[in-house]
Amino acid sequence: MMRERAVLAAIVVCVVAVLAALPLFAEKFYVQLFAKIMIMAILAMSLDLLLGYTGLVSFGHAAFFGAAGYALALIAPQSGPANFWTSFPLSVAASALLALAIGFLVVRTRGVYFIMVTLAFAQMLFFLFFDTKIAGGSDGIYIDVRPSARIGGWEPFSLDNFVHVYYVALGALALVYLLLRVLLRSPFGRVLAGIRVNEHRMLSLGYPTFRYKLACFVISGAIAGIAGYLSAVQFGVVNPEMLGWQLSASVMMMVILGGMGTLIGPAIGAALWMLLELGFQSLPQAGGVELGKHWQLFMGGFIVLATLLLPNGVGGAFRRLRTPDDDA
Amino acid sequence: MPEVSAGALATRGLTRYFGGLAAVRDVSLECRAGEVHAVIGPNGAGKTTLINILSGDLAPSAGQVILGGRDVTGLAPHRMSKLGVGRSYQKTNVFLPFTAFENCRLAAQSRLPSSMRFFRPAVSNREVNAAAERALAAAGLEGRGPVPVAALSHGEQRQVEIAMAIATAPSVLLLDEPLAGMGAEESACIVDLVKRLAADHAILLVEHDMDAVFAVADVLTVMVNGAVLESGAPAQIRASRAVQEAYLGEFTDEGASGT
Amino acid sequence: MDLYTFLIQLLNGVQYGLLLFLVSSGLTLVFGIMGVINVAHGSFYMVGAYLAWSLAGMLDSFWLALPVGVALTVAIGLLLEVLLIRRLYGRDHLYQVLLTYGLILVFEEIRSLLWGDDVHGVRIPQVLSASIPLTETLTYPVYRLWISAVCLGVAALMVWVIQKTRFGMMIRAGSANREMVESLGIDVRLVFRAVFAAGIALAGFAGMVAAPVSTVFPGMGNQVLIVCFVVIVIGGMGSVKGAMVASLLVGLVDTFGKVVHLEIGGLKLLPELSSMTVYLLMAAVLLWKPEGLFGAKR
Repeated sequence: MMRERAVLAAIVVCVVAVLAALPLFAEKFYVQLFAKIMIMAILAMSLDLLLGYTGLVSFGHAAFFGAAGYALALIAPQSGPANFWTSFPLSVAASALLALAIGFLVVRTRGVYFIMVTLAFAQMLFFLFFDTKIAGGSDGIYIDVRPSARIGGWEPFSLDNFVHVYYVALGALALVYLLLRVLLRSPFGRVLAGIRVNEHRMLSLGYPTFRYKLACFVISGAIAGIAGYLSAVQFGVVNPEMLGWQLSASVMMMVILGGMGTLIGPAIGAALWMLLELGFQSLPQAGGVELGKHWQLFMGGFIVLATLLLPNGVGGAFRRLRTPDDDA
Repeated sequence: MPEVSAGALATRGLTRYFGGLAAVRDVSLECRAGEVHAVIGPNGAGKTTLINILSGDLAPSAGQVILGGRDVTGLAPHRMSKLGVGRSYQKTNVFLPFTAFENCRLAAQSRLPSSMRFFRPAVSNREVNAAAERALAAAGLEGRGPVPVAALSHGEQRQVEIAMAIATAPSVLLLDEPLAGMGAEESACIVDLVKRLAADHAILLVEHDMDAVFAVADVLTVMVNGAVLESGAPAQIRASRAVQEAYLGEFTDEGASGT
Repeated sequence: MDLYTFLIQLLNGVQYGLLLFLVSSGLTLVFGIMGVINVAHGSFYMVGAYLAWSLAGMLDSFWLALPVGVALTVAIGLLLEVLLIRRLYGRDHLYQVLLTYGLILVFEEIRSLLWGDDVHGVRIPQVLSASIPLTETLTYPVYRLWISAVCLGVAALMVWVIQKTRFGMMIRAGSANREMVESLGIDVRLVFRAVFAAGIALAGFAGMVAAPVSTVFPGMGNQVLIVCFVVIVIGGMGSVKGAMVASLLVGLVDTFGKVVHLEIGGLKLLPELSSMTVYLLMAAVLLWKPEGLFGAKR
């Protein structure tokens, strides 16, 4: 057991080292791709907190991803950059507040209802931005000038530079991972674990589970907001698809594929998913049909097969390696 | 009706309907600190419904639940627990993937003013850990802490069930058929445990095992068809014609009914 | 708003609600009886609509297209049940949702391959193409009234089957106690298959019947699915009565939300935010009764 965990830790260290060195030897396309993957990994981990560790199946998680992106787009002045040090916390706070409002309504539901209402509220938000002119409607808004990280005379990084964006994403991923590890080991984290395993018993032990589930929902939404802000920064555009249920379902698949309840699993799942998407989109023509254009057909088929055949996902292996003490 | 003493759990005229059926009818009893109050009766007598009402899992249709002089009728389970009512379940209701220690630790952690603590590891709280160890030891599970509950024997799982209730430092313990599915030796351990716990707690015990009941009970209440048939000291109950008929009647006139 | 406009919107709202009822009752029955949540349910609504367009064109008759289309939709549904859906019984809702979501993607792309991505219209059958005059300028289409009538008829049929037939009794028993029913020699799997087929038939039929008024477009399946979720949350999962009440509520709120003008403190709320009305209704119900108006209390 110890040997296996040491090997695993070594692999993780290697991967992190490679990621840290990537911009030194890779082309722009790959640097941007991996930045996108790391941002998705943050989103996936935030859902894992909710889904894998607390057992709350949220099918509308994209709402908090998109909310932060839209917050930035709305905060950013017409011409000229927003200030990173104000716009970032504000955007994340927007996601957190939204999660508080929606969470207050949905956390009181159970099982299938919870799945349905989370989806419904995310759709409500989608329609709000899609149908109205608040933020460009179905076209979305461009963020022409990236936020500036200037404080006083010093500029620690420039979000116009794709390599800087990459490292900011890497740093955010590392910080979020560490934060979640600490959180999950805390008394709060143990309550969440108890709720997932047997909520009824937690209630009879004296825990008011509603507020813990709500707090988890808010924290998870805030972290999704971090990913959403970074995504808006990377692409310079926000559109309603960032709130859409396709993204919500994709994030879920990342978590399941990677192995829920492991944190690292969903991060791997995010990478796998993005690469699969890219792969299917790059399929050539066959029999007169642009296979790449219909990549969702293959994604859909993949989802069906994966769900049937891999109940524990790739990261399920990580799960088996956790000793009972990890649960203590 | 008797005055309710401090630290005691009492019910007054407790009634609960399911549709048109009264599962519990006008039940009044008192469970005092330092004594074991056993509730017995044929299947379907309403014992489980009664315990569910006392723990807050069910709200009564009528009547009151009083804890230490305070009306706690209809309070939710987590509030009843915080007020000092601990409960073990008939059907083992533990955290199977966690270790026995973690089960008790989580139970003990509930006594902290708030678990909204995010930064220090949960296992670093010495007081909570000590309370968990004490509960495990009291339930006879010393040394079994690191074992995942799923890997424990049925009897040991029942012990964890009780240990968890103890770990919440309750003043009242509701034990719902703690001996369910246990062999003779294991049962003897639990009976011993209940005797020891009785010193510091008010215990309400629902059980089918008559030997165990008569070994520990200070007061017995017999329920039939949701209502109290008779209540009193073990000797009185044992000698009662009405009680004998109620139990015998189940096997002669009505066959194996008992609703 | 004058009386006739009100009447028209009322009739529209009821008609929309009744269509919603057909689709959502199928979804709620499948869940209530088989414990399976099928998010691809909306795709069958879409399949029905596209089949209406294709078959009406091919067979040159809407009336012929209806039974053929429903039969085809049910056939696809049964194939799906045998191959995939039956593996979902007893499994986590999460997996059911994911697998059936994968199916949505597959359906959408197959639809795109077979029928393309354009919006299509389906002609109202000749005999129902008249309009009833209400005032000098306002008329109401007979076809819309026919939709409402047909939906009510199907609803009545559904209630009759569930309450008064042996099959209905098996359904009710099977959902309450599967093992007992099986020990009586009834193959519960066949009952489930029949229920699933019925649910699909309802969705497909609704899609076909709605096609002439809603047009046939990509994404219509997903759109109706989300609204069904709202209906079921409001009405209570597994409750047909709840589905009816909630469908009508949702239909009316949505319809009136689009035509009413509401401005509070200078903020234009309706009809600008009309797409949000049903979700706000759902939020209100959640605050009051989280299990739905007619849902089973935990």
